[in-house]
Amino acid sequence: MRETKYWIWHLAAGVLILFLLGLHMAIMHLDSLFGAWGLNPSGGEAIAWNNVVARSRMAAMIVVYIALLGAALYHGFYGLRTIVFELGIGPALQKAVTVGLWTAGLCLFVLGAIAAIAAGRL
Amino acid sequence: MPETSLSNRTIDVYIRRYNPERDARPRWQRFTLAVARGMTVLDGLHRIREEQDPTVVFRYSCRMSVCGSCAMLINGRPALACNTQIADVASERLTLAPLPNFDIIKDLVPDLAPLFQKHRAVQPYIQRADMEEVEKPTGEFYQSPKELERYLQFAYCIKCGSCMAGCPTLAADPEYPGPMPLAQAYRYSADSRDSGFDERKVQAGASHGVFRCHYAGECSNVCPKGVDPARALQLMKRELVLDYLRLRRKRCPASVLRVPGEARRNPDVPAPPPYTV
Repeated sequence: MRETKYWIWHLAAGVLILFLLGLHMAIMHLDSLFGAWGLNPSGGEAIAWNNVVARSRMAAMIVVYIALLGAALYHGFYGLRTIVFELGIGPALQKAVTVGLWTAGLCLFVLGAIAAIAAGRL
Repeated sequence: MPETSLSNRTIDVYIRRYNPERDARPRWQRFTLAVARGMTVLDGLHRIREEQDPTVVFRYSCRMSVCGSCAMLINGRPALACNTQIADVASERLTLAPLPNFDIIKDLVPDLAPLFQKHRAVQPYIQRADMEEVEKPTGEFYQSPKELERYLQFAYCIKCGSCMAGCPTLAADPEYPGPMPLAQAYRYSADSRDSGFDERKVQAGASHGVFRCHYAGECSNVCPKGVDPARALQLMKRELVLDYLRLRRKRCPASVLRVPGEARRNPDVPAPPPYTV
């Protein structure tokens, strides 16, 4: 049942990435449209420093960044685990790989989440 | 009926020869074969063995696409030798090799023992609480045509191993059960007479189970019986997901339909003729 659970979350993360990455791309490249929604308060380019800082201070955007980070990490590490498993490794090594990837993923998630929260105090 | 020559055409047949007791590695041997109208690859192999080299080894039985014994790699594609006409696949050159993803017993004969072990592991048979009724039936298990449709195409599988040979996941991961066993796991789980899904999901949902399928679809592409194992695997994934989310509909296995004991023949319907054998 564990594999079923991992696979369901893999699908859910994929759907979440589709939505959040789409949102991210839209904010970055459709700045004339989203600027009117307060996402580019200083006007001009979406990647201008003042706009980046302004977005980083928005609670909703912090949630979006952290959710995108979590979904991307899970989705990517699940795919990596699948590739490693196809090398025909034994059950003990499978468990070690799973634990290792969970540990690495959680560390990266915590690091990224701290960065996203810290950016809100810029 | 005597074979009619197409145009006195001859082709080169390259057969992959390997005797594990003698050869360090497989080698190709070339034969020249006169192709006749309607000649199958299996006919050609018999002709080569009778006229050129009696040591060529291949497996066959029914010669009519029912037993699945003669599956081999024909011009790089898994197919049944008895069901493939040479004229359809080769004009000048025909290559024959054993099915990949299996060890070779000799020449064109793959070792299918792992296939049958994996097949057995998914419990490919009807499982019910009332096994006494299965062993000593007192009637028939009722099944509607709609219920039959759910698994019928997967029941046409002849276990020839073509799908296993075409599977890229199995090529990389020998622990992966492969399309045939997993499709059969779905075939029995979808059967309205069965209640063995809880046992089969352990094997199908394991770390090397159905979720390793990349959906390359080559298993369905090469199946000589038109079965769609890739679809069965996706349906099995759906069953596992629904079961995990507790959304899978629990159903009681089909009940026994008993023959009416007091039935009388309609006098307007004539009696059947007596048995002749």
